Amino acid sequence: MSETTSSKHVSFLQYKGKYKGILGWILSTDHKRVGLLYLYTMLVFFSLAAILGLLMKLQLIAPGYTIMGPQTYNAMFTVHGIIMIFIIVVPGLPAVFGNFFLPIMIGAKDVAFPRLNLASWWIYVIGILVVLTSQFVGGWPDTGWTFYAPYSFQTPANVLPALFGAFILGFSSILTGINFVVTVHRMRAPGMSWFKMPLFPWTLYATAWVQILATPVIGITLLLTVMERVLGVGVFDPALGGDPILYQHLFWIYSHPAVYIMILPGMGAISEILPVFSQKRIYGYKAIVLSSLAIAFVGYFVWGHHMFTSGMSGRALYAFSFLTFIVAIPSAIKVFNWVSTMYKGSLNLQTPFYWATSFIFVFMIGGLTGLVLGSLATNVHVHDTHFVVAHFHFIVFGGTGFSFMAALHYWFPKMFGRMYDANWANTGWAVFFSGFLTLYLPMFYLGIQGMPRRYYDYLPEFHGGNIISSLGAILMIAGAMIIIVNLVRSSRHGQKTSDKNPWGGRTLEWETDTPPTLENWDEIPNVTEEPYEYK
Amino acid sequence: MEKNSEPTHVHRDDEGDKMGMWLFIFTELLLFGMLFLMYAVYRYRNPEAFYLGGKELDVFIGTLNTVILLISSATVAMSISAIQKGRKKQALLFLGTTLTLALVFLVNKYLEWGAKIEYGFYPGGEALLELGHGTILFFGLYYVMSGIHALHIIIGMALFIYVFQQIRKEKVHQTDYVWLENTGLYWHLVDLIWIFLFPLFYLIH
Amino acid sequence: MSQEKHHIMSYTTHLIVLGVLLILTAVSVAVTSLELGALSTLVAMLIAGVKAAIVLVWFMHLKFDNKLYTIFTVFVLVLFLLVLYVTFFDYSYR
Ligand code: HEM
Ligand SMILES: [Cu+2]
Repeated sequence: MSETTSSKHVSFLQYKGKYKGILGWILSTDHKRVGLLYLYTMLVFFSLAAILGLLMKLQLIAPGYTIMGPQTYNAMFTVHGIIMIFIIVVPGLPAVFGNFFLPIMIGAKDVAFPRLNLASWWIYVIGILVVLTSQFVGGWPDTGWTFYAPYSFQTPANVLPALFGAFILGFSSILTGINFVVTVHRMRAPGMSWFKMPLFPWTLYATAWVQILATPVIGITLLLTVMERVLGVGVFDPALGGDPILYQHLFWIYSHPAVYIMILPGMGAISEILPVFSQKRIYGYKAIVLSSLAIAFVGYFVWGHHMFTSGMSGRALYAFSFLTFIVAIPSAIKVFNWVSTMYKGSLNLQTPFYWATSFIFVFMIGGLTGLVLGSLATNVHVHDTHFVVAHFHFIVFGGTGFSFMAALHYWFPKMFGRMYDANWANTGWAVFFSGFLTLYLPMFYLGIQGMPRRYYDYLPEFHGGNIISSLGAILMIAGAMIIIVNLVRSSRHGQKTSDKNPWGGRTLEWETDTPPTLENWDEIPNVTEEPYEYK
Repeated sequence: MEKNSEPTHVHRDDEGDKMGMWLFIFTELLLFGMLFLMYAVYRYRNPEAFYLGGKELDVFIGTLNTVILLISSATVAMSISAIQKGRKKQALLFLGTTLTLALVFLVNKYLEWGAKIEYGFYPGGEALLELGHGTILFFGLYYVMSGIHALHIIIGMALFIYVFQQIRKEKVHQTDYVWLENTGLYWHLVDLIWIFLFPLFYLIH
Repeated sequence: MSQEKHHIMSYTTHLIVLGVLLILTAVSVAVTSLELGALSTLVAMLIAGVKAAIVLVWFMHLKFDNKLYTIFTVFVLVLFLLVLYVTFFDYSYR
C-alpha cells in the first residue's frame, strides 16, 4: 500500500475524479461507490420483482382466472424467481455491504482488485439486461428459476436468454468472491489477526469461498442446458439416454450452497448489530466463526434434500436427510449466540435492532420448517406445495431480506452522512413485518392441506388461506414502500450527521469519517483490541 | 497527487494477484469437475458403450496432443525462469514456442473433429443418433469436454499474445512478471485438465 | 510489501520434470493397450493423478510457494471428491 496524502476529508460521495456526474459513479473503482451502484441496481429490480410477486398474489386471491391466465402466471413466477434469486439475494449483502464495509472493517483502503470489482458490477448489469431482454425477443421463460430438464429444453418458451443471463451473473458473483478472499488474506490492517476480525468480514470470507467453488457448477449446468437446447447433446435428455435427475443433482450442488451464499452474510450483519444495540460483547465469537465455516462446508453435501421425490436411490435419501439435519446444527448455534448476546444487555431499541430481532424470529421459523422438509416422510407430503414456498420465503426473504434491512438502517448514517427518519422507519418495519407474517404463515397451512406450488389456480377449499395471504401481500408491499420512500428521501434530505459513531459500535468502520473519505483512512489503523470489547 | 481525485497510485501486490489466479483456477477445476462427474455417472451406467466408444478415438492423435501440451507446459514454465533471470530474449522464445505448440494442438483437434463431423458423428448428427444411448452420451461428452477444453486453449493463446507484447515492451520484466506467472498457471490448468481427459476418452477401453 | 524472494527453477529441472511426465504418458498408453479390464481404469487414473501432482508441485510451483496454496488445492480436491462420492450414493444404489 503506497502512502498518499490526498483527498483530505472529502467524502467519497463528493470527491470529483476523472469523470463527472454519473460517469464518476459507473466508472468509479472506489469500493464504496461500487457498493452503492449495486444497492441502486438492486432497488430497481427488487421493486420490479416485488410487483410481479404482488400480481401473482392478486391472481391467487380467488380461484380461477382473476387477472391472468396460466402462461402469464408461469412466466411471472419464473422471472420473479430469477430476479429475486440471481439478481437480488445471491449478490445481496456481499455486493452492497461487503463492498462498502469489508475494506473499512479490516482497515484497508479498498478491495484487492478495485478494477475487477467495478467490472463485476458491469458484468452484473449485462447479465441483468440479457435476462430481461428475453421479454422483448420472444417472451419470458416459463420453467421456474430452477430450469429443470427436460422441460427447459423442450418448452417453446424463450429460455435461452435467461440461461445465458444467469450464466453471466454467475461470473460476477465469482469475481466478487475472488476479490473478497484475496482482500481478507492480504489486506487486513496490522494487528488484525484472524480472530480479531469482526464477524461480518468472517462471514463474507466463508461466503466468498462458496461463491468461488459452487458458482462454476451452475455455470456449466446452464451452459449444458443451452447446448442441450441448441445442439441436442443428450446429456440431460432421457430420449437420448441422458438422466434428467443428473440435471437436478448439478443444479442443487450449486443451489443449496447458494442458499448459504444468501444467508451467511446476513448472519454476519446480525452478529455485528446485536452487540452494538445490546452494548455487550458478542456471545461466543469463535463459535460463530467456526459455525459459519462449518455451514459453508457441510452445506455442500445436502443438496439432495431438494430431490427426495425425484427418484433417487433409497440410500441417497437417507444420506441426504441425515446430512440436512447435521447442517441445521450450526445455524441453531448461532441463534443461541444471538439470544445470549442480548441477555442482560442494555438494549437500545432502534430500527436496526427491530429488524435484527425480527430476523431471528423469522429465521427460526424458516429453519425449523426446513427440518420438516428435511425429514423424508414429511417431505413426501409437503414437497412442491406452498409449504416449501413459505419455508424459503421465511428464510430467504425473512433471513436475507430482514438482515439486509437491518444492515441498511444500521450503516445508513455511515453511508450517506445523514440519518433516516426513525419514526417512519419503525412504522415501515411494523407494517412490513405484519404483512410478511400474514402473507407467508397461511402458506404453511395451505401446503399441509395440499395446495401445490406454481399453479395459477386452486381448488375452492384453499380459498380462505389464500385470501388472507393475498391481503398480507398488499400490506407487506405497503410496508416496503414506506421503508423505501423513507430511505430514499432520507439519503437526500435526512438530518445531516458527521458523528463518526452514532450507535456506539466498536468495529473499525465507526472510526472513519462519516461518510468515509475516498481512501477511508488517513493512516491505516493499528488493531490491538478484539472486536466487540464493550466495557 | 492532485487533490480530490481518484487515487492514481496502483496498489501492487504480486502475491495477492497470484492468489487471485489460484482462486480462479479452483473455479475452473470445479467447472470441469462437474463434467468429470457427469462422465463418471454415465460411464457407470453405460460401461459397454463407453468401452466401445473409446476404441473409436485415435490413440495416436490423443497421445500426440498430450505430448504437445506437456512440452508447452514445460516451455511456459521455463519462460518464467528466464524472466526471473532477466533473460528477455529467452523468455520470448519459450513463450513463442508455447504459443506455437498451442496452435498445433488446435490444428490436431480440428483435424480430429473434422473427420468425425464429416461422417455425421456429432451431437444431433444422423450417424450418431443411429447408435445406442451410451454411445450418444460418450460422444456428447467427448465433444462438450474437449470443446470446452479447446476454448480454454484459445483463451490461453490470447493471454500468451498479450503477455508476449508486454514482455517486448518491457512492461513485464525481471522484477514485475506476475502477468507471465499467472498466464503460466492458467496454462498448467489447461494441461491438468487434459491429463485426465486423455486417458478417460482415448485410453480406457 | 510484495517483493518476496522467489525461487528460480533451473532449465534442467524443468526438462527432467518434463521427461518424467512423458515417460508416465508412455507407460499409461502401454498399460491400457494390455486390456486389463476394470483394472485399466484404475491404473490410468492413478497415473493421471501422479502426472497432475507433478504438474501442480513443480510446474505450478506449489513446492516453492506459500504453503497456503497447497492447503487450498488439497481442500478443493477433497471437496470435489466428496461431492463425487455423495453423488454416487444415488447412482450406485439405484
Ligand atoms: C435449517 C436449515 C434448512 C433446512 C433443514 C432446509 C431444508 C430444505 C428442504 C428439505 C427443502 C426442499 C423442500 C422440497 O422441495 O421438498 C428446502 C427448500 C428450499 N430452501 Fe431450505 N432449508 C434450510 C435453510 C435454508 C436457507 C438458509 C435458505 C436460504 C437462504 C433456504 C432456501 C431454500 C429454498 C430457496 C428452497 C426452495 C427451492 C425451490 O424448490 O425452488 N433454506 N429447504
Ligand atoms: Cu437446500
